[in-house]
Amino acid sequence: MTGMVALYIFMLAAFTGYEVIARVPVILHTPLMSGSNFVHGIVLVGAMVALGGAQTPLEKAIGFVGVLLAAGNAVGGYVVTERMLEMFKASGTRRVGKGPH
Amino acid sequence: MPAWMSADLAIQASYFVTAVLFIMGLKRMSSPVTARSGILWAGAGMAVATAITFLYPSMTNYGLIVPAMLIGSVLAWWSGKRVAMTNMPQMIALYNGMGGGAAAAIAAVELYRGGTAGYVTTTLAVAGGIIGAVSFSGSAVAFGKLQGLITRSLRFGGQQLLNLLLLAAALTLGALVAAGVNSSFAVLTGFFVVALVLGISMTLPIGGADMPVVISLYNALTGLAVGLEGFVLENAAMIIAGTVVGSAGTLLTQLMARAMNRSLGNVLFSGFGDTGGPATGAVTGSLKPIEASDVGVMLAFAQKVIVVPGYGMAVAQAQHKIWELCQLLIERGVQLRFAIHPVAGRMPGHMNVLLAEAGVPYDLISDLDEINAEFETADVALIIGANDVVNPVARTDKSSPIYGMPILNADKAKNVIVIKRGQGAGFSGIENALFYLDNTRMLYGDAQKAGAELIQAIKAVG
Repeated sequence: MTGMVALYIFMLAAFTGYEVIARVPVILHTPLMSGSNFVHGIVLVGAMVALGGAQTPLEKAIGFVGVLLAAGNAVGGYVVTERMLEMFKASGTRRVGKGPH
Repeated sequence: MPAWMSADLAIQASYFVTAVLFIMGLKRMSSPVTARSGILWAGAGMAVATAITFLYPSMTNYGLIVPAMLIGSVLAWWSGKRVAMTNMPQMIALYNGMGGGAAAAIAAVELYRGGTAGYVTTTLAVAGGIIGAVSFSGSAVAFGKLQGLITRSLRFGGQQLLNLLLLAAALTLGALVAAGVNSSFAVLTGFFVVALVLGISMTLPIGGADMPVVISLYNALTGLAVGLEGFVLENAAMIIAGTVVGSAGTLLTQLMARAMNRSLGNVLFSGFGDTGGPATGAVTGSLKPIEASDVGVMLAFAQKVIVVPGYGMAVAQAQHKIWELCQLLIERGVQLRFAIHPVAGRMPGHMNVLLAEAGVPYDLISDLDEINAEFETADVALIIGANDVVNPVARTDKSSPIYGMPILNADKAKNVIVIKRGQGAGFSGIENALFYLDNTRMLYGDAQKAGAELIQAIKAVG
């Protein structure tokens, strides 16, 4: 990947992130922060590659911690975001069974 | 053609699919109707990318990768499933910090290994390393504060100077590495240690009320760090996902800071946030208590009621009781809405999550801009555990720390009922002028107990 192409990708991705979020209602701010938190859990693939190329015990130890933390970011981010969004319901589709009814 | 070339094509194609799924998932998460499917799309993207990465050429250490993934996943799954909705903000901080730590770990492995070729790549690795490390230790402090593990905000003279010195030291060491002058073990280790200390010392003085903005900022920083390390590893999925989160998170941070009437610089470099300003003498009048039975009658015969929930309601776990009360009123034909201030709860949107947990449909919930004009025609504004967000002092008293913050105009309602535990001031320690108005009555007690009493009172009306 040449430097200029990388720079273009960076620029376009930055605008994409801005545009995707720009019109979000406040009611979704917390789940969305959690959702974007999950998305940067993609660091897991990088941590896997880094540990996959580690050679000395020090590199392996740091790489191990990296993969562990990254997996926590991805899985934890997914679980809490899914739990929050699962609860958002409109009047017509009220949950049966749970809650005071 | 060697076998890894086709694997490489499969990897690149999968990362492309992942990037598309992430962006579409985030897009779907920005509307309540499609939000649920958004996280599923993004989750599918993550699964694809993770699975294909096992095919990376010349990967070793599978015996370490798999256990590390399992331990991290199981711990996060277990904690994510059982965390209470009220504790969600600090949990997001924790998971976010883990991502930052992972980005810093990637930088560390690559730099110790000497795996970064050229000034540009090394500089990017160093930049991602410092940002990731600050986000890691800073988020850990934010978690500790909101979880109540760290109760004091450590402040001392010359603190800003110390932080500047730490930043300068980290940048100097980083520059030595990036310029190829000295990337010895000692310099690299010093660089990461100083960056970690900087994250801690930056976050310690920030008060609890400002923490959501800080968490959001660290979320954006982690995204940026991930994007930078993506350039180092030439991993397109990381570059795109990290950068998208970096810019989206920056915007989200600005929106939050604006909703709290603070600038980002103000949050990071001033002490306000849990100390509260000096009590101003502008508040006059007396607090007028009322009985639950009287409030019950008032609510039962009202035409329009606006409920203003605050964090106090969530702390009392009263959202279920309050929703039960509201359903009773709706059945009686009362026009009922929930008014949510942008910073109600511990984080913008947090209160919506807590109400959703109780089963309140989101179309009954209005934000500040939608509802503020309606208070004038409301018979009752029912304030439950909210304080600063309805304090009219924000409109009038220039000396107040919350002056200029947009508030819910609850004081314009014909009657104001405040359910409150005691006579203390709010989260920020500022006296609330609303409580002393002529049309305000105080219903003292725990929100859950008060809710139950109101339900009884309304049923008694028949």
